[in-house]
Amino acid sequence: MNGALLSVEDAVVDLPTPRGNLRAVDHVDLAVGAGRTLGIVGESGCGKTMLSRAILQLLPRKAKLSGRVIFDGQDLTTLSAEKLRKLRGRSLAVVFQDPMTSLNPVLTIGTQLIETIQEHLELDLAQARQRSVELLTAVGIPAPEQRLTQYPHQLSGGMRQRVAIAVALSCEPKLLIADEPTTALDVTIQAQILDLLAREQQRRHMAMIIITHDLGVVAGRTDEVAVMYAGRVVERAPTPALFKQMRMPYTEALLAALPKLDVPPHTPLPAISGRPPDPTRPLKGCSFSPRCRYSAGRCSTEKPRLSPAETLEHLYACFHPIAAGSGA
Amino acid sequence: MLQAASDPLMKVENLVVEYSVGGKTIHAVSDVSLEIARGETLGLVGESGCGKSTLGRAVLQLRQAVSGKVLFDGHDLTTLKGESLRKMRRRVQLIFQDPIASLNPRRRIGDIVAEPLVIAGVRDPEERKRRVSEVLSAVGLDPTLVSGRLPHEFSGGQCQRICIARSLVLNPEFVICDEPVSALDVSIRAQILNLLEEMKARYGLTLLFIAHDLAVVKAVSDRVAVMYLGRLCEVGPSEQLFARPAHPYTALLIEAIPVPDPDVRPTMSVPVGEPPSPIAPPSGCRFRTRCPRADARCASEVPELRVVAPGQFAACHHPLI
Ligand SMILES: Nc1ncnc2c1ncn2[C@@H]1O[C@H](COP(=O)(O)OP(=O)(O)O)[C@@H](O)[C@H]1O
Ligand SMILES: Nc1ncnc2c1ncn2[C@@H]1O[C@H](COP(=O)(O)OP(=O)(O)O)[C@@H](O)[C@H]1O
Ligand code: SF4
Ligand code: SF4
Ligand SMILES: [Mg+2]
Ligand SMILES: [Mg+2]
Repeated sequence: MNGALLSVEDAVVDLPTPRGNLRAVDHVDLAVGAGRTLGIVGESGCGKTMLSRAILQLLPRKAKLSGRVIFDGQDLTTLSAEKLRKLRGRSLAVVFQDPMTSLNPVLTIGTQLIETIQEHLELDLAQARQRSVELLTAVGIPAPEQRLTQYPHQLSGGMRQRVAIAVALSCEPKLLIADEPTTALDVTIQAQILDLLAREQQRRHMAMIIITHDLGVVAGRTDEVAVMYAGRVVERAPTPALFKQMRMPYTEALLAALPKLDVPPHTPLPAISGRPPDPTRPLKGCSFSPRCRYSAGRCSTEKPRLSPAETLEHLYACFHPIAAGSGA
Repeated sequence: MLQAASDPLMKVENLVVEYSVGGKTIHAVSDVSLEIARGETLGLVGESGCGKSTLGRAVLQLRQAVSGKVLFDGHDLTTLKGESLRKMRRRVQLIFQDPIASLNPRRRIGDIVAEPLVIAGVRDPEERKRRVSEVLSAVGLDPTLVSGRLPHEFSGGQCQRICIARSLVLNPEFVICDEPVSALDVSIRAQILNLLEEMKARYGLTLLFIAHDLAVVKAVSDRVAVMYLGRLCEVGPSEQLFARPAHPYTALLIEAIPVPDPDVRPTMSVPVGEPPSPIAPPSGCRFRTRCPRADARCASEVPELRVVAPGQFAACHHPLI
């Protein structure tokens, strides 16, 4: 896609394991425009984190990446470690599910924020400190000045995640990747953190990738959604189009399996039977075929390609898509 | 009593449970009363740290209460000891949130599921094997395939099936499910919720279903109890509670559920902050520091659970209905 801030082209991530090669990301193409929000949805193990690490060039050492990751005009796969480090602090930021992944337990919150800011922006100590207080205020942390002297373990999980977001935002990134930022949090805290991310994104005109396993999280908060299954993107569309008409059976099944608020208790949930395939034993056909109720014919022998249907923006990988007009 | 269960199998009266940490008291469960009717599923919901697991453990006598009663089928478990407590406990089982961690990694599935039988003194190995096969089949696992294997060979969802089988092997009447699906993915979660419903029907169980996710609780519960910082806020029939919550905290929990519909724009939530510490809970209503309706009375007077609609009770000075 031309003009995109980020475009991932034919990314493949292979991991050697004792059971053999594990293909965590399987020929993924994605693009995110400046100031836009992309949701990546899929069950655990489908490759969401490996894909985000591939974008950030933070893969495990033994991992093998092929394909291109073009960010702001540069192919990140060809950059030096030093250039990447600068870029990651400055214009490409990340928030993980566990905020302690990006926070240092032995440094105070003030030290971490100030150091990050000074490393990437030319500010003196007083200015960097001032900016830290502003950031903590922006992410909704009460008594920010006192927090500067506290250690991460002195905060609740929700507060730690706010600090991690403050660190990520500290250098005005162009793209923020939030990898399940609220999965470990309670719903009330989740709502506050998602609001916070949305507000800061709009204010800063920043692009954002929200990774989640919950279709409910992306529905009202993204411009576009990519659904992943077994390492692949299996459906991709502008958010309203996707929810209006899901074409790939897995997307539909994922939505159906969510408990609904408007049905009486004890209504059996339309569960997806079985579970995803072992990623070290890739299937020849469609990875979803053993669980798919529409599976027939070449589904078990051939891989469907991600391709557009009626509109160029709505892509799906399925031989027998759900008929347009029959869905939700 | 206020919760209108005509034939309560389990009755919790004014239960108080505390922990003492570094000379400070954590008020984990404060004066909670509940009734669960025979054959009913009561959902217990609230943010993490509000005391749900503590309540469950105190019901099972795995944690001693400071005061209060736990009446199971008319017997006060808090005063039972020795053999009579063990006998009663056999009728009550627990399923945990983390299915993988709650299985001994070095023991074979067949032995894990048989363990409660061994403890209960079922000596005949044939009888044990028969029971184990029966419950494993009931939860959808093939006994001949899984009995000899170790927990690490199974996924989270399968481990939860194994935990459910183990909890059923003694033919209990009452099962406490403590966040049984919180660690599972959407698709596996739906399978396990359906399985719990099937098991409930098949074995005639009464369930206390604990979760922090209201949508999940609603899917399986006849009635729902909402807990906040050690106290009950609201109890009522599931659908009624969702349609017309009386307690502002219940309303907040409902509002925070992400809706998978792009036309439902998430309301920029009120900045309601986080729950305060259970070491020094707020005076009066414990929810008042986050409540948009709080006033002076809320700070001075603990709200009692009062009837707000048929079968629905709320502890609030200014209920929404
Ligand atoms: N460090 C690693 N080494 C080997 N395999 C890994 C590693 N991290 C993750 N995996 C495997 O890669 C696949 C994708 O994992 P991940 O990207 O973490 O999924 P998700 O974030 O969607 O839950 C899974 O099968 C997982 O077991
Ligand atoms: N063994 C323990 N020792 C000290 N404090 C505990 C212990 N278990 C739980 N707590 C505290 O008691 C409160 C209630 O915890 P818990 O019952 O686990 O809540 P929930 O299950 O609702 O998340 C929390 O503040 C928790 O930190
Ligand atoms: S390609 Fe076949 S098996 Fe795969 S999702 Fe479509 S219908 Fe189902
Ligand atoms: S008693 Fe007061 S503070 Fe508590 S929930 Fe009701 S209105 Fe809010
Ligand atoms: Mg992940
Ligand atoms: Mg708990």
